[in-house]
Amino acid sequence: MTGIGRRGLLGGTTALLAAPAILHAQPAGGVKIGVVAVQTGPQAALGNQLKDGFALGLRHLEGKLGGLTAETVIIDDELKPDVAVTKVRAALERDKVDFIVGVVFSNILQAIIRPVTESNTFLISTNAGPSTFAGRGCNPFFFTTSYNNDQVHSVMGQAAQDNGYRRVFVMVPNYQAGRDAVAGFKSKFQGEVVDEVYVPLTQLDFSAELAKIAAARPDAIFTFMPGGLGVNLVRQYRQAGLANIPFLSTFTVDEATLPAQGDAALGFYSAASWAPNMDNPQNRRFVGDYLAAHNAVPATYAAQAYDAAMLLDSAIRKVGGNLANKDALRTAIRAADFRSVRGPFAFGVNHYPVQDFWLLKVGRRADGKLETQTDRKVFTNAVDPWAAECRMR
Amino acid sequence: MTTQLLLVQALNGLQLGILLFLVAAGLTLVFGVMDFINLAHGVQYMLGAYLGASLAAATGSFWLGLLLALPAALLAGLVLEVLVFRHLYDRDHLAQVLATFGVILFLNEGVKLVWGAAPLQVAVPPLLEGGVQIMPGLQYPLYRVAVLGAGLATAGLLWWLVERTRAGMLVRAGATNAPMVSALGVDIGRLFTLVFAFGAMLAGFAGVLAGPIFSVEPGMGDTVLILAFVVIVIGGIGSIRGAFIAALLVGLIDTLGKSLMPDLMRLFLDASAARQAGAALASMLVYVAMAAILAFRPAGLFPVRAD
Repeated sequence: MTGIGRRGLLGGTTALLAAPAILHAQPAGGVKIGVVAVQTGPQAALGNQLKDGFALGLRHLEGKLGGLTAETVIIDDELKPDVAVTKVRAALERDKVDFIVGVVFSNILQAIIRPVTESNTFLISTNAGPSTFAGRGCNPFFFTTSYNNDQVHSVMGQAAQDNGYRRVFVMVPNYQAGRDAVAGFKSKFQGEVVDEVYVPLTQLDFSAELAKIAAARPDAIFTFMPGGLGVNLVRQYRQAGLANIPFLSTFTVDEATLPAQGDAALGFYSAASWAPNMDNPQNRRFVGDYLAAHNAVPATYAAQAYDAAMLLDSAIRKVGGNLANKDALRTAIRAADFRSVRGPFAFGVNHYPVQDFWLLKVGRRADGKLETQTDRKVFTNAVDPWAAECRMR
Repeated sequence: MTTQLLLVQALNGLQLGILLFLVAAGLTLVFGVMDFINLAHGVQYMLGAYLGASLAAATGSFWLGLLLALPAALLAGLVLEVLVFRHLYDRDHLAQVLATFGVILFLNEGVKLVWGAAPLQVAVPPLLEGGVQIMPGLQYPLYRVAVLGAGLATAGLLWWLVERTRAGMLVRAGATNAPMVSALGVDIGRLFTLVFAFGAMLAGFAGVLAGPIFSVEPGMGDTVLILAFVVIVIGGIGSIRGAFIAALLVGLIDTLGKSLMPDLMRLFLDASAARQAGAALASMLVYVAMAAILAFRPAGLFPVRAD
């Protein structure tokens, strides 16, 4: 079925290119997108943000990507790499999807990147951005609309340095991403790390660590506590009366966890390349419509997925709906000829974004909801640290 | 590490222990009296937290929410008992584990359908806001003092119920030799239902209390459940006294381990290795302690069962 559709599409391409103005009027074939978003377990909230952000992008594009009617297939990776691989293979072979978009967690990305890219299908990660695929492991079929994870942590290190903090207390979960966070932070922070505390991923109660922080009396703390860990920590930190020690964090206070953290998170810091309060027309429209649809402020997971929809739209439009010529399609995606909700956006040689990074602070919106708000720009047009090792030109 | 910090950490350990006791008390009763492995005890704790959170939001008062959540948790326990668990008492432990694990999956997803996947917020009741200064720069939240008090009161109440009332006597007798109690003309089926519902309510109570401190989210009961099993195995299955002592022990070992281990490791290793090794060892410490105690007392600290 798809074969016939593609042939018809190829035949029509010349006509489409000759008359781009009537592109919408052409009864062109469709485009099928597999959206990988975790829908099971406690992390489903993040997967939902991703899915809803992409869906909103499609809605703003009236259900079309570059003129082709778009159809999405939601793939629940269940946060299990083996399940993700099986389901993504099925999407590629049975559903014949043209693109794979999404992925919240790096371990899922690591599992599916080979099956997807080896079938010459473009994979656009909207969140997971491990350094593995930024340097020597960069891949011609892989793009990300988020960031390299290391960059976000280093933003906090730079911010701590700029604020003149001398002694910082570091606390992270005891697993790979936690250790990466410490390394990223230390890459820019030159002061003294008073203590590094590693907690189990199943930690509930932070009393013991909070007492240690109080005893150490640091200038600030740096932490990376995703999901429920962050909800527990932020509340208990505030309840322990430690909030006068600046709380610098990455992936700990964001719009996905703020509803549960509530006022306890007010004034706490985070780092990202986008925030809901960024003042540009496309972001106002995105945040406004997301709020209207879900009665919740979107987080980066939604924003980056929304951008992915806009990116695909621009690329498919550029190639006139011809998805068969992969080289042309790659050039079109790489051009990133769309207006990102975060403002300036471009791809580096390794297909990771070159973008600005901001220090964010939790504040209250006019409607009473909490959101992260831009405090100041820390890096301008930052290229990720591994790009130089990528031999893809 | 100063003496003051050590004392603070000991207090933190006791408090974690009390919280664990609240969850483990119901589990040990059900396991001990009915010889029924209920992995779904953790989701009953989660259900309590969700019921408390939404009832508190609906009524605008944490206290009303707590008051209404208790009978609701009791009812949820009864429904589960009648629908699922009743049919499992005569089966072997494997069937019980499988079926109650199914209940975990079902309820974790069910909670997500009803309340959504994002964690909920439960505010600390205004009466218990603020804290007590226990060391320079560190507040001990008043709410936690209240949880400590509630845990101790529950322990006292349970002791009285089990040791001093007729129902408690039957429960103890049932834990020691259920067929004999049945032979003496006690409706053991009804006793089981009663114990089960009470256990579910205790788990729900712990869940409501945990709301303002911990994240109320799907799957929140799973981590607590594992520690609760450690507690009842150390304490001796079916023994309330054992569960109380073991919970305090686990809380203390866990908290003091986390705060002392990295420093201890620094005597042998360099700083960064010590931190990671210390953290890894500290999170194993509870299980090491369990293994050590079971090596010397295979039935736990306060064994109940006669066999």
